[in-house]
Amino acid sequence: MSKVQFLLNGQQQSVEVPPMKRLLDVLREDLRLTGTKEGCGEGECGACAVLMNGELVNSCLIPALQAEGTRLCTIEGVSTDGHLHPIQQCFLERGGAQCGICTPGMILATHQLLDKYPNPTMEQIQEGLGGNLCRCTGYMRIFESVQEAAALNPLAGK
Amino acid sequence: MEELIDGIGASPLRKEGRAKVLGAARYIDDLSLPDMWHGATVRSTIARGRIRNLHFGNEIDWSEYTVVSARDIPGLNTVAHLTNDHPCLASEYINHPDEPILLLAHPSKTALHHALKAITIEYDEYPGVFTIEESEQAVAAQDAERIIWDGSQWNATANCFKTYTMYSGEGEEVEAGLSRAFEEADYIVEGEYSTGAQEQLYIENNGVIAECFRDENGDVESVCVQGSMQCPYYLVHALELVFNLPEEKCRVIQVETGGAFGGKEDFPSVIGSHAALLAMKSGHPVKLVYDRAEDMAATTKRHPSRTRLRTAVSREGKLLGAEISVAIDGGAYSTLSPVVLSRATIHAPGPYHWPFLRVKSKAMATNVPPHGAFRGFGAPQSLFGLERHMDKIAKTIGISPEELRRKNFLATGDYTATGQPLVEEVDMQKLLTRALREASYHEKIARYAEENKTSPIKRGVGFAAFMHGTGFTGSGERRLNSQVHLELLPDGRPQILVSSTEFGQGTNTILCQAAASALHLPYDLVTIAQPDTSRVPNSGPTVASRTAMIVGKLVQRASEQMLHTLSSFAALPENHTSQQFLEAARRYLAEHGTLRESVRYEPPTKIYWDDELYRGDAYPGYAWAVYVAEVAVDTRTYSATVTRFDALQEVGRVMHPVLAKGQIEGGVAQGIGYALYEKCVWKNGHMANNQMTNYIMPTSADLPPIHVHFEEVPSIHGPNGAKGIGELPMDGPAPAILNAIENATGISFNAIPLLPEDIFERVHSLGHPHGGSRELDPNTDRDTRVEETIA
Ligand code: FES
Ligand code: FES
Repeated sequence: MSKVQFLLNGQQQSVEVPPMKRLLDVLREDLRLTGTKEGCGEGECGACAVLMNGELVNSCLIPALQAEGTRLCTIEGVSTDGHLHPIQQCFLERGGAQCGICTPGMILATHQLLDKYPNPTMEQIQEGLGGNLCRCTGYMRIFESVQEAAALNPLAGK
Repeated sequence: MEELIDGIGASPLRKEGRAKVLGAARYIDDLSLPDMWHGATVRSTIARGRIRNLHFGNEIDWSEYTVVSARDIPGLNTVAHLTNDHPCLASEYINHPDEPILLLAHPSKTALHHALKAITIEYDEYPGVFTIEESEQAVAAQDAERIIWDGSQWNATANCFKTYTMYSGEGEEVEAGLSRAFEEADYIVEGEYSTGAQEQLYIENNGVIAECFRDENGDVESVCVQGSMQCPYYLVHALELVFNLPEEKCRVIQVETGGAFGGKEDFPSVIGSHAALLAMKSGHPVKLVYDRAEDMAATTKRHPSRTRLRTAVSREGKLLGAEISVAIDGGAYSTLSPVVLSRATIHAPGPYHWPFLRVKSKAMATNVPPHGAFRGFGAPQSLFGLERHMDKIAKTIGISPEELRRKNFLATGDYTATGQPLVEEVDMQKLLTRALREASYHEKIARYAEENKTSPIKRGVGFAAFMHGTGFTGSGERRLNSQVHLELLPDGRPQILVSSTEFGQGTNTILCQAAASALHLPYDLVTIAQPDTSRVPNSGPTVASRTAMIVGKLVQRASEQMLHTLSSFAALPENHTSQQFLEAARRYLAEHGTLRESVRYEPPTKIYWDDELYRGDAYPGYAWAVYVAEVAVDTRTYSATVTRFDALQEVGRVMHPVLAKGQIEGGVAQGIGYALYEKCVWKNGHMANNQMTNYIMPTSADLPPIHVHFEEVPSIHGPNGAKGIGELPMDGPAPAILNAIENATGISFNAIPLLPEDIFERVHSLGHPHGGSRELDPNTDRDTRVEETIA
């Protein structure tokens, strides 16, 4: 067992876990944050994506130890007091979520994408979401959601 | 009267959408119960044989574990399907790789991994058959060693789960007509087409949590399973058999489901029974959730298929007759194969008029895990063959693919191959005109023909015309006898009670829209109950594109009934506001306590179906479509990509444009995967590439812009004119894409999935290393034979 500390959705957290336990399981089992999903367990689908120091990572590939001292954001940290973040609102309105299992990862990937490119081109969107698989939507509604979120983004249009 | 917002045709927010974007929606793996244990499955490592010996390694303290074998099953060792040939757990004989033999439970997931490794099984191996052809050869050669499924027990024949023969007209007359048609034909065109298995690849794997309750004598009193699934009542019926319990003692609850596509139609009966057995024996709730590798290796896929067509055609391009034979690979047990085959058979003739037609079809047994439901359910297979073949005919007789289809389309008032009159408006000519215009088809045909002469990247366009029957086949809906309830909540808001499930396609939303529109209420006031069989009636399975049209119509009728009740007994005024509705509802509740409206499916009076002759009204309604694909084939890398896709369909009234578009786009994406990316690699019946790393589904970077277009022709069958759309988009992409590839390269490919290595191999075997094979003569095409009977 190791003690691992990180800043999770703005709050300091400390857990006692086996050092090689997957961050995904730490979040889901130890911290009961089940918004982060498991689709494949091998880094292919992005359902388990979280932001670590602002970078999108697949939490199924990250040993707990590696999270030590980092700043983490999961889907639970995207909204504030139950108010949807504009990205979430756009996914909701534009049909970006169907079954919803890829949605948390997709929203975090969008978050990072719009941080990097406030006005993304279609290629940048396709590229930026390339690590997040969605079997339901065929991605078109997701692209629309991202574009709409970019249009609402105060940083965009500059 | 207040403004009615968000009725049919508007796009209100998905009912459970907020929870989903917040990450707050709870899927099965997000739930746990007090004292819950975890389950795991011990599976066969061989394809066929007999279990000789089970060995439990002594490095494990087995007293900590619950171990379930077939002997523990209190009822029948069978998974409820049409035929009870599918054991819940293998007891002696193994018929496919990854067949479940033992179940384990333990409080710790990690401990289960060790235990699985400590069990070894010895077998006597028997020879297996792994393809349709091997299964047929065994029958033809009367090779008893390779007769893997003894049909005599099940009113079928060796290695063959089911056969159908469908004539368009009376059998003898058709046979005579066919002989004449082939004698008189200017051209006889033959072709063989095949499709591979396809994994549903929902992003959430199969999973359930089961509980078992005992009475004071310690006897099993009831079981309860919650999980990811499409059809709660299918699992109820499976539990009834396995536990020998009455229906009301088998409770099933659907929780948020992360994609299904057919893959959670029949399979939850297996995993749900397994978890319930573990709960029974361990005395704990048991969670059984597969990981990706297990889900891909052990659960159902789309049936591989082979379709052969022999067609008689006139010089002018009139179809005179066809002999079609369809074979599908059902895997080791019958499961849903007879029904999949039925849909493949009925869709095989496509949206065309065939004066004389015979379709013969069969589902063969092989030693691979049983194939099952996947969006389209047999139709994508036979329509792939047909729509590739239509292009072959056109090429052979020297007319355009468009002209050939225009000369033979079914139209309003015509009869389908099963003899069903097309009473409602059908206008394939108009659909084709519009689809080709939306895709700039003609302009591109001309432009690419020029550009391809000099470019190493060959571009092309192709299309497919097709239809998909909505609802269960033939007398299916009559047999389902679906029921829906509509109740009032204590605050007066109406709540829909159905077993129809939401798994992304929008059930919750469209059923609430249907009710809101019929009740003249805002969408937000209507709620829908969680599908829990202790509360909701059986509104049939959530499959076969039936929910919007069939269940939606029932919801509409229940709503009308509720308005009638409230106006008769609670003074609900005409043209009510929502406030007036709520007040009337509360008045009614104060007086009567509860209000539940219950309605049942009523078959349209004129519908008739003959199961013996396979004739009559096959489906209550059809959705019609023309899909156009544009492709680029790089003759240096041999890769084919879709560069634009146009999907035009007539699906009745569109209830929710945003959801409808999402359904079509998602289906088209799966169709593109089916055609160009998704290949199951089989090794002695075991899926060797059972990982997302090497089974490739389209990513956001692989898909072209998908343009969705609707023609709206309201249908009399659905609520406010809606028809089903769920499966339709799976049918068209593969043939449209391969037609486009032929247009681009001149080479006709007749098997999917079509990967770069297949293109490479084919181009080289034809001796055209650069693929610019305009000079290729269709008559020498190696996959098909074309005879010209009259010069
Ligand atoms: S679960 Fe981590 S990438 Fe799929
Ligand atoms: S919405 Fe179902 S996988 Fe993306």
